[in-house]
Amino acid sequence: MSSMAKQTQQQQRTGLLQGTLDMLILRTLLYGPAHGHQIGKHIQRTTNEFLQMQHGSLYPALHRLEERGWVVSKWETAPDRNREFKYYRLTDKGKKQLVVEESQWKQMAEAVARVMWPAAEES
Amino acid sequence: MPWWRITKKNADLDRELRSDLELEEEEQRERGLSSKEARYAAVRAFGNTTLIREQTQATWSWSWLESFAGDLKYGFRGMRRNVGSTVFAILIAGLGIGGASTVFSVVNALLLRPLPFRDPGQLVWISNGENYSTQTEHYADLRDQNQSFSDLAGWSGTYSSGDRELTGTGEPERLTSVPVTGNFFPLLGVAPAIGRSFTRDETEGKYSAPPAMLLSYSFWRRRFHSDPAVVGQKLTLDNQPVMIVGVLPASFDFAGVFAPGTPIDIFVPWPLKDDTKPHGNTMSIIGRLKPGATVQSAQAELTVLAKRLESQHPDRNPVFPRLVPLERHVSGQVRPALLVLMCAVGVVMLIVCANLSHLQLARMGTRQKEMAVRSALGAGRYRLLRQVLTESIALSCCGAALGLLLAVAGTRGLAHLSAFNLPLLASVRVDGSTLAFTLLAAIASGVLFGLAPALQITAHNLREGLQDAGRESSAGTRHGWFGDGLVVSQYALACVLLVGAALLMQSFLRVLDVNLGFRPEHAASLRIDPGFKIPSQAQQNSFIDDALHRARAVPGITAAGISDVLPLDGDRGWQVGAQGQVYDKDHHPEAFIRIVSDGYFEALGIALKSGRAFTEGDRASSEPVVMVNETLARTLWPGQNAVGQIVTQDGGRKVVGVVADVHHGGPESSGGSEMYLPMRQTGDYAAMRLVVRTALPPDSLAAGIRTGLRPLDPNLPVTEFQTLQGLVDKVVSPRRFLVMLLSGFAGFALLLASLGIYALISYSVNERTKEIGIRMALGANSGVVLRGVLATTLRLALAGVALGTLASFALSKWLESLLFGTTPANPAVFSGVALLLCAVALAAAYLPARRASRIEPLQALRTE
Repeated sequence: MSSMAKQTQQQQRTGLLQGTLDMLILRTLLYGPAHGHQIGKHIQRTTNEFLQMQHGSLYPALHRLEERGWVVSKWETAPDRNREFKYYRLTDKGKKQLVVEESQWKQMAEAVARVMWPAAEES
Repeated sequence: MPWWRITKKNADLDRELRSDLELEEEEQRERGLSSKEARYAAVRAFGNTTLIREQTQATWSWSWLESFAGDLKYGFRGMRRNVGSTVFAILIAGLGIGGASTVFSVVNALLLRPLPFRDPGQLVWISNGENYSTQTEHYADLRDQNQSFSDLAGWSGTYSSGDRELTGTGEPERLTSVPVTGNFFPLLGVAPAIGRSFTRDETEGKYSAPPAMLLSYSFWRRRFHSDPAVVGQKLTLDNQPVMIVGVLPASFDFAGVFAPGTPIDIFVPWPLKDDTKPHGNTMSIIGRLKPGATVQSAQAELTVLAKRLESQHPDRNPVFPRLVPLERHVSGQVRPALLVLMCAVGVVMLIVCANLSHLQLARMGTRQKEMAVRSALGAGRYRLLRQVLTESIALSCCGAALGLLLAVAGTRGLAHLSAFNLPLLASVRVDGSTLAFTLLAAIASGVLFGLAPALQITAHNLREGLQDAGRESSAGTRHGWFGDGLVVSQYALACVLLVGAALLMQSFLRVLDVNLGFRPEHAASLRIDPGFKIPSQAQQNSFIDDALHRARAVPGITAAGISDVLPLDGDRGWQVGAQGQVYDKDHHPEAFIRIVSDGYFEALGIALKSGRAFTEGDRASSEPVVMVNETLARTLWPGQNAVGQIVTQDGGRKVVGVVADVHHGGPESSGGSEMYLPMRQTGDYAAMRLVVRTALPPDSLAAGIRTGLRPLDPNLPVTEFQTLQGLVDKVVSPRRFLVMLLSGFAGFALLLASLGIYALISYSVNERTKEIGIRMALGANSGVVLRGVLATTLRLALAGVALGTLASFALSKWLESLLFGTTPANPAVFSGVALLLCAVALAAAYLPARRASRIEPLQALRTE
């Protein structure tokens, strides 16, 4: 595969992620506290491996969310392994943010859908 | 965010990444991979941990500072790797910035900082005509009748160094005192540091016996070791008790502002109503404008006022008030010279930057591969640019630190140049604004010399950089035009500086060559005013006879005379006229008055043109006589023989001799009219200065004269032994100052430019080793190669010289006001500088050229 083609594919996958990664993380944490690895794995699995989790985006995003007070972190021992991991937990502020981002995303998706599949709406 | 929290967060992030990575690894192992494979798989899945860490850290607010610190650390590491060129770069940046900061300090003290008085912008200098003093009677009327000024004050312009003799406690010493009007200090807004100013009573005493005095800070510190208890004590001044009423603050530097080069010891009140004070135009006036008044409006008012005063008092001297803001009066004369120096410093800084830019480019050349690798690892162009600029600014800041040391030393040295009569020189120092200037200069020059190499090095295509770095050939072409441009511009700039320095140097030599009308070499002078009061003219004359006989008996002395004023030092002017002539009031001839004894002309070496000089026989009892200089003779009796004519002075004095003109105002101004009165026929003088001519070096005479004259007055202080050459040196010192600094800068510029050309040619010879090797293998002999390299050099030098000559030609008109005896477009100077530059270029290129000509073809080809 030429390097050009590879790059394009990568952009396709992650381009979607750019604006919405924060939202996906917050949504994932709605199930309960999780550490970075779990969050990444979860997003990857749920999207059937379509969203390859880039660690280079995940960790900065986690710390950005923490900086804004949407999540808090704590070192805790994992139930299945006898080791400490850094667990992120959704705050009340984060829950509100998730609602806001979700509704924005919905509006966006609907707007895009109206342009893309006008017939579908008529029927 | 404080650094300790950042450190903690960094550690936390490390731990988080590690634990997550380990987990990934564990999961891979659980899937059945071997532990080694599991680790690789985990790392693959995770990606570049360093990059992740950096990107995450970048979300923290201080990250830019950290990366700046990283850049700095990296930069310093780079500097250490290349000690030689780093030291060289810091050295030339330091010299350049040091020179710039020193000149800035001078400019700051002389032009930018306000004068050390209250509201200095309101102060105005009021001279009489071009630069004469005013009669005190006129002063009193001007002060009382004007509407523009809140007050006028003045001091006696006739004071001269060593006017008063201090005896009694401690060593006898001659002091320099300035008589000032009672409102002088209040008008300036200067309050004594200790004690008080003069009272009204004290300003109405006797001129010869002032009741009170104020000490200057420096005199107080020197003579009384800053003892505050001296205030209130009485000192014996000219055998009269005088009370010390106060000490002036250290910030008040009268000499620095009004009389550069003449330190003042004490200030005494000037009784304007006392008739024993010296007559004539004696007063220097300053005024404080009322709020709302301008110099123009005040000028208009005083002009009208003066006209009225003249018609009301036909007996007084004419008065033409001429107003100049005090700040302009003080620094106006040095302003053009300082502007030239500032421009010179700017040019030097440009050359320094061009030189460093070239050096930086060469350093960067060796780092092309490094830059390419960094960019391959994900560093953006902006990031690399920042890295390279940080390095060059760090370099220039190191230079600035060195420059600051130089500036501190330089300003200290300048501030102590008391022999230079430049105003405010003592207040030159490195202060806050100098520090700010230095920092600014460092950053600006860092960006200036770093930007071009930074742009070049980061402009490369990544792959090209990686492939190219090992090879030598193609870097040269890219670097070529830019390096050539730098060298040509350095040469052009150096040419401008050299032309300027050469023109001013030539002017300085011309000034030194001026025939002053007297011969300063081997002449010296000494105050010998008797410490006692001379009661009668007969006793005065016997004192003069005695002093002259004793002085002439001192071994080594070939001539001796007495005068009240020395050339180049002080002026007193009177109206003079030929008997029987009527003069237009506005154009009445005036002459400088010198009271001299016999032997004076011989001692100073002033040529007698016709008639005879004064003799011992010209005394109170004999016919009143006078001598004139050639200008006065021409003015009063055009086309006639002056000898035998009568001047109206003192009811008629006969001219017995005509002497050559003396440049009393300095070599650069013509002398004007002078009239000499025999000392033995008058008592109207303020000082007695013995002038001697000697066959020995004047300095070795002091002791002999002291012993010779001791019987005359046991208290005679011989400290004020002054050589006439010293007087001349002081007058030409501002010019010497300018020439000294400018030649220094020009020399530095020449050195830098030749280093620049040396570096460029060495570099290109290195780059072309293979090419030259091939040429030689094909039959070119070493002479051809040598000539080829030298021809390239000469082409560059000539391009620079041509540009520089054009620029100097355009700029040298600015210098016109500073030139003396030469023209801005002096062909000798221009061609001399061009030849010098070409010769230096060839000399600088000779070594690398010779190296090129000695290249062994076989070896050169094998190095590839």
